Amino acid sequence: MSRFEARPVPSRLMMLVSPLIAACAMLLTSTLLFYALGQSPLHAFYVYFIEPASTGYGIGELLLKATPLTLCGVGLAVGFRANVFNIGADGQLTMGAIAGACVALYFQNVESYWVLVLMLLAGMAAGMAWAAIPALLRTRFNTSEILVSLMLVYVAYLTLSYLVHGPLRDPNGFNFPQSRMFGEYAMLPLLVEGLRTNLAFFLALIAVAAAWFFCSRTFAGYRMKVSGMAGAAASYAGFSESGNIWLALLISGGLAGLAGVGEVAGPIGQLQASVSPGYGFAAIIVAYVGRLQPLGVLLAALLMSLLYIGGESAQIELQLPAAITDLFQGLLLFYLLAADFFIHYRFKPTFTPKPASPPP
Amino acid sequence: MSTNYLVAFLASTASAATPLILASTGELVVERAGVLNLGVEGMMLVGAVSGFAVTLGTGSALAGLAAAMLAGLLISLIFAVLTLSLQTNQVATGLALTMFGVGLSAFSGQSFVGQSVPPLPHLALPVLSDLPFVGALLFRFDGMVYLSLLIVLAVELLLGRSRYGLIIRAIGESPANAHAIGYPVVALRYAMVAFGGAMAGLAGAYLCLGLTPMWVQGMTAGRGWIALALVVFATWKPRRLILGAYLFGGVTVLQFHGQGFGLPIPSEFLSMLPYLATIVVLVLICRNPKTILLNKPMSLGQSFRAD
Repeated sequence: MSRFEARPVPSRLMMLVSPLIAACAMLLTSTLLFYALGQSPLHAFYVYFIEPASTGYGIGELLLKATPLTLCGVGLAVGFRANVFNIGADGQLTMGAIAGACVALYFQNVESYWVLVLMLLAGMAAGMAWAAIPALLRTRFNTSEILVSLMLVYVAYLTLSYLVHGPLRDPNGFNFPQSRMFGEYAMLPLLVEGLRTNLAFFLALIAVAAAWFFCSRTFAGYRMKVSGMAGAAASYAGFSESGNIWLALLISGGLAGLAGVGEVAGPIGQLQASVSPGYGFAAIIVAYVGRLQPLGVLLAALLMSLLYIGGESAQIELQLPAAITDLFQGLLLFYLLAADFFIHYRFKPTFTPKPASPPP
Repeated sequence: MSTNYLVAFLASTASAATPLILASTGELVVERAGVLNLGVEGMMLVGAVSGFAVTLGTGSALAGLAAAMLAGLLISLIFAVLTLSLQTNQVATGLALTMFGVGLSAFSGQSFVGQSVPPLPHLALPVLSDLPFVGALLFRFDGMVYLSLLIVLAVELLLGRSRYGLIIRAIGESPANAHAIGYPVVALRYAMVAFGGAMAGLAGAYLCLGLTPMWVQGMTAGRGWIALALVVFATWKPRRLILGAYLFGGVTVLQFHGQGFGLPIPSEFLSMLPYLATIVVLVLICRNPKTILLNKPMSLGQSFRAD
């Protein structure tokens, strides 16, 4: 009765094609949506997807926004492969930003690039520590890392809000909820003169390469893959489940914390009441659209970054609401999940068998 | 601390608990049927914005509540099609539903920011509502507070004592066996997901029609996720949701009453309490693996395909 049948082997072709199908479906939907909003779809399309990437400065912005998405996305992908669902990357990013900012503000008068190194390390450590809480509670008390990591996002936001309204507020800042601007030695150096892309993008590329190496060339990465694909097989083989959970959460937390430092020591330059427009959540989509492969995550982060920047220019030039970006992000993941159906199933053509031709 | 203050605190606890009860009851039924829908937060937001829009347009809160249920139901069907028909990963699809709901509600609610609607009418009985203390604590709420308790009671009876409840529990424990006996597993799961969606929509509408009669972007503030945690807290038993929801309702309103109680704590730390309490409660319930093993629906979160 069913018109679809299970494929004997998952289709490798569909693995690669399904993100493209999802992207096309999303472009089609966005065209219809632009039309419904009374915009010329072609013009809106140009403003949203082409214009941002058509100038050198635009490319720089694209890489700038892709940086936290890549860092968070790579970490999450490593965990998702082992069925460890850290969805609190935005909280770990926030804690990383706080720790980095504390170092920057404490060593305000130190003129050495060691300040920056210390900030990056502190940010990673804070992200890891924040992710260690769901890891500890999951391994010791069997609680869902999904719920715990998400609850800690709100706690991290509130901690940040407390700090910028209280202890870390700039005394000369006219009571704005933000810290002092960081000194020169606490800022990430720019990669190219005139663009805002900074060293963090380079770090993100290293993270992609390291994650690729970890996933495909190390035994620990292999163990995580097996646990994700066949939990029972992994436990028969004696692979430690709690080891995977710890590893997945520490890696993703550390990278998210690094992304947080990248934001405050990069485009923001100080601690503000909000340091992320939800990069940690968008990174979940990035991880899936990137097929949970480090290199795929990088490409997906660039696509998602285009969505953010396109959304900003659509807001300015076409007066479209900013929330359209969130809408597109959610749609993209829906389409991708639907398109993934064809990795495991194929269309079963129903044709009537021809009568066998008589032998000559 | 005056008695009046305590009464006000307890009364607002009931209001704060109501959306949690509604959303978690829906999710509990979904989970008992073996489906894990992490999209509660998104469905609540979509319900909230639809309920607000319709109430604003028609002037009828009843129409708003109905529209919210319909909106929650419709958006939950996206989740149902993906997970039940297309066999997608339930965790990923639920997260997608939440993100989509956050975006959709913010996008369509743009023009409602700053507008307000008349709050839901409150019960006013001739003598009872005017009684000191008892009146405020029992007879002066809006209808949804009472309705939410009735819904829990109805779900408790239907799930635990009726033939239909038995079938729902069977498809949650062992869909393959239920299918072999001849029950339409996928169709029933569709129905339960739709019920969960409608309840989440109703919960969202209560936030912007009952609790605070206005629309604020992202106004659920994690309540959908707390509702998910409440289902674990209740060990998948409906009646325990009431206790959990009122506990959390109390913690939620503590942040507004903290100053009144004379607590010298920055407001941010009081606002953290519901989230921290969720974590603590999860640890207390989950720390004994047997509690979870005995109560959690066996097939929770796993895809099922009939052929």
